[in-house]
Amino acid sequence: MLRDKDRIFTNIYGFQEPGLKGARARGDWDNTKDLIALGRDKIIGIMKDSGLRGRGGAGFPTGLKWSFMPKELGARPHYLVINADEGEPGTCKDREILRSEPHKLIEGCVVAGFAMGSHTAYIYVRGEFHQEIAALQKAVDEAYDAGLLGNDACGSGWGFDCYVHCGSGAYICGEETALIESLEGKKGQPRLKPPFPAGSGLYGCPTTVNNVESIAVAPTILRRGAEWFTTLGTKNNTGTKLFNISGHVNNPCTVEEEMSIPLRELIEKHAGGVRGGWANLKAVIPGGASVPILPKSICDSVLMDFDSLREVKSGLGTAAVMVMDSSTDVVRAITRLSYFYMHESCGQCTPCREGTGWMWRMMKRMCTGDASTEELDLLNEVTYQVEGHTICALGDAAAWPIQGLVRHFRDDIEARIKAARVADKIEAA
Amino acid sequence: MNSEQMNGAEPKTFAFDAQAMAWAKREIAKYPEGRQASAVMALLNIAQRQAYGWLPRAAIEYVADLLGMPEIRVLEVASFYTMYNLKPVGRHHVQVCTNLPCWLRGSDDITRECRETLGVDFGQTTDDGLFTLTEVECLGACVNAPMMQINDDYYEDLDAGSTQTILSLLREGREPKTGSQSGRHTCEPAGGLTSLTELESARDD
Repeated sequence: MLRDKDRIFTNIYGFQEPGLKGARARGDWDNTKDLIALGRDKIIGIMKDSGLRGRGGAGFPTGLKWSFMPKELGARPHYLVINADEGEPGTCKDREILRSEPHKLIEGCVVAGFAMGSHTAYIYVRGEFHQEIAALQKAVDEAYDAGLLGNDACGSGWGFDCYVHCGSGAYICGEETALIESLEGKKGQPRLKPPFPAGSGLYGCPTTVNNVESIAVAPTILRRGAEWFTTLGTKNNTGTKLFNISGHVNNPCTVEEEMSIPLRELIEKHAGGVRGGWANLKAVIPGGASVPILPKSICDSVLMDFDSLREVKSGLGTAAVMVMDSSTDVVRAITRLSYFYMHESCGQCTPCREGTGWMWRMMKRMCTGDASTEELDLLNEVTYQVEGHTICALGDAAAWPIQGLVRHFRDDIEARIKAARVADKIEAA
Repeated sequence: MNSEQMNGAEPKTFAFDAQAMAWAKREIAKYPEGRQASAVMALLNIAQRQAYGWLPRAAIEYVADLLGMPEIRVLEVASFYTMYNLKPVGRHHVQVCTNLPCWLRGSDDITRECRETLGVDFGQTTDDGLFTLTEVECLGACVNAPMMQINDDYYEDLDAGSTQTILSLLREGREPKTGSQSGRHTCEPAGGLTSLTELESARDD
């Protein structure tokens, strides 16, 4: 189990003051100037060596992403954009950083911004997070007053501004190019890639979009070194991670743990175990709504990291663990997610716009068994037609939960279909 | 504010008051010159707050004019994002999350309690104009499920009883406690801390 001395977010529960004084006491803003003095190449090198993979869901190596920005600052300014549009069902980790550890994020913006030649960061926070936005804005104001932001950020000679931009309710804006569109004052509809944001992003300028957690851990990694980070977790899955454990557990909570912790250990150590005991477990969605569901037999031994969960055809995603006990109607659970994706489809690509609605309507019939097994096969087949045929990953995200359900709980759906047929026959007789 | 707007009828004109204008200017200043369209979401938010929780057409026209944007572009934004209300809402906009993590923890009970206490269904407003009930998607407080948002505040770790208490207090014009209703500070495990215990002495609450 992770020791407290290796935890990055020591105020994740907000028991201490989130403001500058409290942040400094926790070690934030401690000689940030020295971190900047490492220089661009060294900072990016350390981030690469640390093995940090993006914490927003896709798991792309953070240091590598930073290195895609043009080395020289040309006529166009460079932008750092922070994705705080947290909305993946099950996920509530960035919220805690914003309200209890905002200075970790802001300091991360300064060093990351410097490393990619950016003088400006926009933090795009979902608009519903009213209190979190207030906490973050207060921290930004404090940082300006203390000279940590501004023309000579932290006395480094590097000018750096940080602005809070509020969203207004759209899950799709968590997709990086939709977020950029939204930041430009448009509907949040994803852009085709290429061009990638590092070449042409916000206002057509080189832009890097990073998740809150990825940026907030950067200063600690730079201070303690890549080696420290790699001693935690496993190869390719290094470091610590914020986990959100929700659903049918005794004590739902957010906790920072070592990457690659066994799922069972995570739930039993921190969330008080599954309601009714481990034997009462039916299934877990291990990484937010988009990743496929796993039955108990896999949950018994799977490790919580990118590669282990991919091996069992699911994913770490945002590490939002949704636990379902034996009382759960898993077909209804996935149907609720299908409704969500239909609601949140931006409507740009036909397979997603039409497919999410169709899949939801089919899933509703699977709930009651008002379908045939051929239709179940058709539904499964259509999910693979939606997957990979849209501009962004929302189409994939709508398809995967259904694929996972059919993969592991096909018997449940077929039993429902059979029962409904029998009921029809009795009624007809 | 004129009575027209209070009643939710479309006002003929709209303009920021001094406070709203000062706020709008601060928002516009966040973006590079010529990129003031980036402030459209913020300005619509400011307009909605001034117009009692919704966006009359006149407000959309006003924001378009202020930012030098075609009105259709502003209308597109106003209709794309769920937080903009294109119809009047009650003084308290009760938004219940029914997505999976909340549903697993009993959001059906919260929905039922809201319907019974308020006497309206999703998408409806009470006759006295006090409450509008809306079903929403994940609000990102999943380890504190089930939850609802009323105006700017989150109410978490709900059950039927606490939901009724909150709605009753609001009806009486009082201010219910926001955040966790089960006594949790934020997102820590209810059964006692399982991490950060070595640092517990540093607690200052």
